Amino acid sequence: METSEALAHAAATPEAQGSAAYIKHHLTHLAYGYNPHDGIWEFAHNSADIAQMGFWAIHIDTIIFALLLGAFSSFLFYRIAITATSGVPTRLQALLEILIEFIQDSMRSSACEKNPVVSALAFTIFTWILLMNTMDLLPVDLLPWLFSWVGVHYLRVVPTADPNGTFGISLLVFILIIYYSIKFKGAGGFLAELAFHPFGKYLIPGNLMLEGVNLIAKPVSLALRLFGNLYAGEMIFILIGCAYVGVVPGLIAGILQFIWAVFHILIIVLQAYIFMVLTIVYMDAAHREAH
Amino acid sequence: MNINLTLFGQMISFAVFIWFSMKFVWPPILQALEDRKKQIAEGLAQAERGQHAQEIGQKHAKELLQKTKTQTAEMISLAQKRATEIVEEAKQNAHAESERILTTARADIERERNQVKDQLREQLAQLALAAAEKILRREIDPSAHQELLANVAEQI
Repeated sequence: METSEALAHAAATPEAQGSAAYIKHHLTHLAYGYNPHDGIWEFAHNSADIAQMGFWAIHIDTIIFALLLGAFSSFLFYRIAITATSGVPTRLQALLEILIEFIQDSMRSSACEKNPVVSALAFTIFTWILLMNTMDLLPVDLLPWLFSWVGVHYLRVVPTADPNGTFGISLLVFILIIYYSIKFKGAGGFLAELAFHPFGKYLIPGNLMLEGVNLIAKPVSLALRLFGNLYAGEMIFILIGCAYVGVVPGLIAGILQFIWAVFHILIIVLQAYIFMVLTIVYMDAAHREAH
Repeated sequence: MNINLTLFGQMISFAVFIWFSMKFVWPPILQALEDRKKQIAEGLAQAERGQHAQEIGQKHAKELLQKTKTQTAEMISLAQKRATEIVEEAKQNAHAESERILTTARADIERERNQVKDQLREQLAQLALAAAEKILRREIDPSAHQELLANVAEQI
């Protein structure tokens, strides 16, 4: 156990270990959970521990960074909102107004336009995911290195590069899809939509299968798209991080990291936007009366 | 890619953030946006009204000015007419007065001349009588010719 900890600490630099260890280290969460092997709740010491914990583990890093970013944005927006004036707005208020009008524009002429829950949902999705994605732009070793000095040996700072983080968001969207579908179409209407589309009433099993897959695919595609993009982005940064092993490779790696970061800004915003727009589209479909 | 309890932690935080922004972030901003929209609309409407009122005021002022000009011109011409009348009247009055004074003077002169004539006639009669008396004293009795003398005096 001690050797693995020492290894983990040392693996904060690519030179100390091989590239494989460096990458693996960067892909291991800081997890707390029930370890059936030891029979107690404890912090996982390595990825094997996490695998043993199975479902009964919590990625502390994902939760903490997601909470911190959400709390930060909520607090900031709250401060702006309570001092909001109808007169000349401050810069921050103007920013928040632009954000809110952007969300409203995206929802314009959808069936859920007047639903404040959906507005807040879309707003939270966009701002929160944007902030969580932005964590990807921090140098990939910065926070893990800082935290290694206070005894935290594993740390992944991008909550959206953790499937738990993205599925947590998309599953709530899924729950809301079902809730609003039943609310506006009725349970019967919702089921009828699943059963009688797209082939009419003589192919109910086929319809149910297609529409069921269609329904399940919504949260899964939302979550996997975001996760895949951010995970891949993080992976590239980690791979570039592997190349910091000398002056010339380090220089090349620095240029590569800059280029990738600039490109990644686009991905960060685009993925937050796509997640929000698709959520609105799904909500719009859920709000429409059965026909 | 392992799914675990983190999922529910994330779902709960997400739900809380949605609730928070729905409760505390959106309403004030929407209110502010709505209020500003109203204020701008009111401001525009007021500007419109103001412009309209100004136009009406200008038109009114123009009309008033025109009216005043006409009135003034009328008053001036009236005053001129009146002045001419007054001068004319004064002339006529003066003429009549002078006429009257002249007539009076003439009558006075006539009267005085008659008086002087009467006096002269009487004096002449007395003078003639005295002369005749002196002549006749010698040959005629004055008392016998009294009647004749009176007749003569009358005729002079």
